[in-house]
Amino acid sequence: MENIQSLLAAGTEAVAKATTTQALDDVRVQYLGKKGELTALLKGLGKLSAEERPQAGAKINEAKQALQDKINERKASLESAALEAKLADETIDVTLPGRGQELGGLHPVTKTMERIEAFFAGIGYSVEEGPEIEDDYHNFEALNIPSHHPARAMHDTFYFNANTLLRTHTSGVQVRTMETQQPPLRIICPGRVYRCDYDQTHSPMFHQVEGLIVDKNISFADLKGTLEQFLREFFEEDVRVRFRPSYFPFTEPSIEVDIDRGDGKWLEVLGCGMVHPKVFEASGIDPEEYTGFAFGMGVERLAMLRYGVNDLRLFFENDLRFLGQFN
Amino acid sequence: MKFSEKWLRELVNPAIDTQGLVDQVTMAGLEVDEVEAAAKDFSGVVVGEILTAEQHPNADKLQVCTVSSGSEEFQVVCGAPNARAGLKTAFATVGAVLPTPDGKTFKIKKAKLRQVESFGMLCADDELGISEDHGGIMELPAEAPIGACIRDYLGLDDNIIDVDLTPNRGDCLSITGLAREVGVLNKAPVTFIDAPEVAATIDDQFTVGLKDSADCPRYVSRVIRNINPQAETPLWMKQKLERSGVRSIDPVVDVTNFILLELGQPMHAFDLDKLEGGIVVRRAEQGEKLVLLDGQEVELNTDTLTISDAKGPVAMAGIMGGEPTSVTADTKNIFLESAFFNPITIAGRARSYGLHTDSSHRFERGVDWQLQTKAMNRATALLLEIVGGETGPVIETVDQDELPSARQVTLRQSKVNSMLAFEMPAAEIEEILTRLGLGVEKTSTEGEWSVSVPSYRFDIAIEVDLIEELARVYGYNNLPVRTPMASMPIKANDETIVTIHNVRRALTALGYQEAITYSFIEAGLQKKFDDQYEAIALANPISAEMAVMRTSIWPGLVKAVQYNQNRQQNRVRMFESGQRFLPTDGDEIIQENVIAGVITGPRDPEGWNAGKDAVDFFDIKGDLESLLALGGAADEFSFVADRHIALHPGQTARIERNGNAIGFIGALHPNLIKELGLNGTVYLFELNQAALCQGKLPRYDEISKFPESRRDLALIVDESVAFESIRQITEKHAGEFIKEVTLFDVYQGQGIESGRKSLAVGLTWQHPSRTLNDEEINSAIDAVVSALASKLSATLRE
Repeated sequence: MENIQSLLAAGTEAVAKATTTQALDDVRVQYLGKKGELTALLKGLGKLSAEERPQAGAKINEAKQALQDKINERKASLESAALEAKLADETIDVTLPGRGQELGGLHPVTKTMERIEAFFAGIGYSVEEGPEIEDDYHNFEALNIPSHHPARAMHDTFYFNANTLLRTHTSGVQVRTMETQQPPLRIICPGRVYRCDYDQTHSPMFHQVEGLIVDKNISFADLKGTLEQFLREFFEEDVRVRFRPSYFPFTEPSIEVDIDRGDGKWLEVLGCGMVHPKVFEASGIDPEEYTGFAFGMGVERLAMLRYGVNDLRLFFENDLRFLGQFN
Repeated sequence: MKFSEKWLRELVNPAIDTQGLVDQVTMAGLEVDEVEAAAKDFSGVVVGEILTAEQHPNADKLQVCTVSSGSEEFQVVCGAPNARAGLKTAFATVGAVLPTPDGKTFKIKKAKLRQVESFGMLCADDELGISEDHGGIMELPAEAPIGACIRDYLGLDDNIIDVDLTPNRGDCLSITGLAREVGVLNKAPVTFIDAPEVAATIDDQFTVGLKDSADCPRYVSRVIRNINPQAETPLWMKQKLERSGVRSIDPVVDVTNFILLELGQPMHAFDLDKLEGGIVVRRAEQGEKLVLLDGQEVELNTDTLTISDAKGPVAMAGIMGGEPTSVTADTKNIFLESAFFNPITIAGRARSYGLHTDSSHRFERGVDWQLQTKAMNRATALLLEIVGGETGPVIETVDQDELPSARQVTLRQSKVNSMLAFEMPAAEIEEILTRLGLGVEKTSTEGEWSVSVPSYRFDIAIEVDLIEELARVYGYNNLPVRTPMASMPIKANDETIVTIHNVRRALTALGYQEAITYSFIEAGLQKKFDDQYEAIALANPISAEMAVMRTSIWPGLVKAVQYNQNRQQNRVRMFESGQRFLPTDGDEIIQENVIAGVITGPRDPEGWNAGKDAVDFFDIKGDLESLLALGGAADEFSFVADRHIALHPGQTARIERNGNAIGFIGALHPNLIKELGLNGTVYLFELNQAALCQGKLPRYDEISKFPESRRDLALIVDESVAFESIRQITEKHAGEFIKEVTLFDVYQGQGIESGRKSLAVGLTWQHPSRTLNDEEINSAIDAVVSALASKLSATLRE
C-alpha cells in the first residue's frame, strides 16, 4: 500500500512538470488510463482478504481522484496561459489612426445662420426665402424708400437695369410675405445680400438674417425683450446690450443695437425698429390694427465676433485651412 | 458732420464733459464717429515775432533769427524757408514740451546748431499736432498778441467731434441744429443766432425769375458792391471752418460756408459783373454745358435745376456753382443767393453727376424753408464787417403756394402707451415735444394733442414720428422690456421634405466641406461652363471678376479648387448650395436653388493603411446616390449618358428624376483642367435642390418569412451597352417576385473578346407567402437571358 502514496507522489510531480496539454494527457494515461499505474493497483486487490479489500480499494480510488484533480487544475492553468499567449500575440497599436473618410464641415456663415434660425424657430418664427435678383419696388419702394430718398445712397446697389437689382437686404422677402399672408406673422428671412462696396470690412456679397413680427399690440418693449434675449443666447454670455436711436426708412422708431462683451467697447450688431405704417399700408395691412417690429443682422459680423475671425474676406476665399477650423 | 466742441459750447454749454456729451448725443441718435483733439498736448509755446532773420554762417539752409516773446528776445536757429523778419509765428521756448508723431513728447532745450546757439524752436502746424501741414513755420496774423499762449490764442483746447448723421436729421447739419438738440437733451438754454435786418445802403438789385417754382419756391438775393478784395478772413472764422473740415478760401466764400455750418443754409456768391441780364431758376435744357467750380465741365440733363443768366446756366442749383461767374481775388461786386430748393428736385441729382457737396447734402435732406432771409442778413452783416462794401436791398422771390406747408400731426396718448408699453405722463410728453421746438396743443378729445412741426423738421409727418421723438429723448434704454406673447398656430411640418440642413449634414458626413462662392463671376469663365444660357450681366459690376450672375455653382467651386491646390491642398471635397440665375426669353429670371459638389485628389485621406488612388467618377456618383436616397425615393432618380460643355464627353451623365432632367454629374473637361492650371482629375455634380429634397413618406412592407433565392449570371455584352439597360430588362423579365438585381463584377481583358465586356449580375427573388421552387426560378432566368440576348445581344460567359 506504500506503493499508492509513492505513485501518487510521482504522478503529482509529473503533472507539475507537464507544460503542454498533450504532456498532461500523457501523464493521465500513464497513471489513470485503463492500463495506468494507479489503475493497475486495483487489479492487485484480488490478492487481499475480503476484509482488507474495501479499505484498500477506497484508498486507491482516493489517490486516483486526487491525481485527477491535480490534472484538471493543471489543465485549466495551461489553457488559460495558452489563451493569454494567443491574445498577447494579437496585440495591436491602438494609437494608430483609424481608417476611413474624414468628416467635412459647414461653412461658419451657415453655422451661424443655423444658430440664429434655431433661436427664432424656437419662439415660433418660420423661415421665408425670396429672390436675390429683386425689383426696385420690393427692395426700395415698398419699404418707404422712394427713388429720390437719400437713404438710397446708404445702399450701394448693384443694378441690372433701372428696375432690376441685386437685393441690398432681405427685407423684400418681408414685403412679399406680408403681401401673401395675413397677420399674425413671425418670420425670419436669411440669405445672401449684395452691396457695391469692397474692402477689408465690406464684401460685395454677404449674408443677412432679417426678422419680422406682426401682431396686435406688439410694442417697443417686445422688440427690446426679444433681441436682448437673442444676443445673450447667441453669444452664450451675459452681454451688455444697448439700444441706440437710428434711422431706417422702413421702421419708426429705428434702432441700432450695440453690445459690450465685457471690454467696455460698444459694437454695433444689428438694426431694428417698429415697422413703419407706410410699409404696412404698401402691403395692405392696417397699421391702426396691427403693429410689429423688424430686425436685421449681418451674419458675417456675428460670425466674426463669435469665432474671432478678423478679416471678412476669409469667408469667401474658401481656403480649406480656414473652413476646416469650424468642423 | 464735423464740428468744434468750443463752438457748440458758445451756443449751449451743459455741465457735462466731452465724453458725456459724446455719449449723450450718440444715444440720442446722432452717432459720434470720432473725437479728435484740435491739437495734441503741448506747453510752453507762445506767439513770437521774428525781429531779424539772417543766413546761418555754417549752413545754407538755416537762418539765425532773433525772436521776441514780448518780454525777452532770443536767438533761434530755424530751417524753415518762410522764417523772415516781421513774421509772427509759434515760438516754443526753452522748456516747452512738444508732441511727437508717435504720441510721445519731447522737451525743448538750449541747443547748438552748427556752432550757433539756439534758444527754442519756431514751429510748423504738424509739430504742434494741429494738422499734417509742414509747409513752413506757422504764419500768424499781424495782430496776434506777442507772448500770448498759443493754445489760448488759437483756441486749441478744443475737440473736433465728427457726428454721423442719419438722412432724416437734416436739421442737425448745422451748429445751431446740434445746439438745439443738445439743449433738449440737457434741458439747457440755447443761444440762437440773432440776425437783424441789415438795411440797404444802395438801391441796386438784380432781377430774379422763378421759372420752375415747385423746384425753387423761395429765392432770396442781394447785391453788395465795392467790397475790399484784399480783406482777410478773421482767425475765429477760419478756425471754425477748419475744425469743420472746410478749407478757408477767400472772405466771401468763407462767409457763405460759415453760414452753411452755423445755420444750415447753403448760400452762393456770384461775381455780379460776370452775370448777364437777370437770374432765372429753371431746369436745364438737354445738353447745356456748365464748367463747375471744381473745373470739370458737365453736360446737364433736363432733370437738373439750374441758376441761369441770359447766357445760360451759371450754377447747378443747390449743388455747385459755375466757375466762370465765381468770386475771385479781383471781384468787386457780388450777388448773393440764399434759396430754398425742393429736396425732391435735388435728391439724387448730385450723385448722378458723380458729385457730392456740402450744399447738395443739405438740400437733399431738407433745409429749413423759413431760414433764407435770416441767413441772408447774417451773411450780409458778416461780409460788411469783413470785406466792407455797400449793400442793396434783400430781394425775396417766392411762390407761397409751392412752399412746404406747416404740418400738424395728431398724437394720441393711447398710441404712445401701446407702442412703448408704458404710460408716459402727459406732462412729460408735452415737455419733450415743446423743448424740441414743436407746438403742442390739446385737442377737444381727451388724451390727444395737435402738434405743429417746425419748418426745419422734415422727418416728422405722422404720429409714430412723434413717438420716436418721445422714445429717443426719454432714452431707448430707459423704456421697458418684455417678451412677446403669441397666439401662433403650430406650424405644419412636411415630413416628406428633406431639409437643406439634412442635405448639408449628409454631405459633411461624406467628407465634404461647405464653400460659399460669389454669385457673380467673370464672364469668360461663365462661358466656359455654360453654352446654353447667356448669363445676366450687372450694369455696374465692382470688377470684371464679378460681372455676371452665375448660371451654375461649378465655376465658383472649380476656382475654389484652384485656390486650394495653389496652397498645397490637393485633396478637395467641397459643396455649395445657393441660387443660380437663368435668363428667359421674357423679362422673368429663373432663380433656383441648386446644390453642387466637387472632388479631386486622393480618394482616401492620407493614412498609414489608406489607398493612394485618386478619386474617379464612381466616387462622386456614390456620394450623390447617398444624397438621392435621403428622401426615400432613390428609385425615382436615374443617370443617362449625356454631353456638357464643361465635362469630359465620355464621363458625363444627366441626372433625371422620373425622366425629368434635374442636373449633371461628370468629370471636368481636360481642356478646362489645362486652362485653369488644375492638377489631376476633377469631378462635379450639380442638381436642382427642390427635386432632390422632395422625398416620400415611408410605407411599411410586410417582411417575408420565406427564404430568398439567388442566381448569378455572367453576361457578355458589347462595351457600349449601359448597365442600366441590362438592369431594366432583367427586372422586367425576371417575374413578379424579383427583389433585387445587383452588379457585382465588371471585367474586360483576357478571355473576353475585344469590344465586349463581362458583367456579373446577381438576381434575388422572394415570395411573400411561400418558398419559390427551382422550376419557377429557372424559368425566370431563362426569360431574362433570352430577353437580354435578343435586345442587347448578350451571351452567357462559358
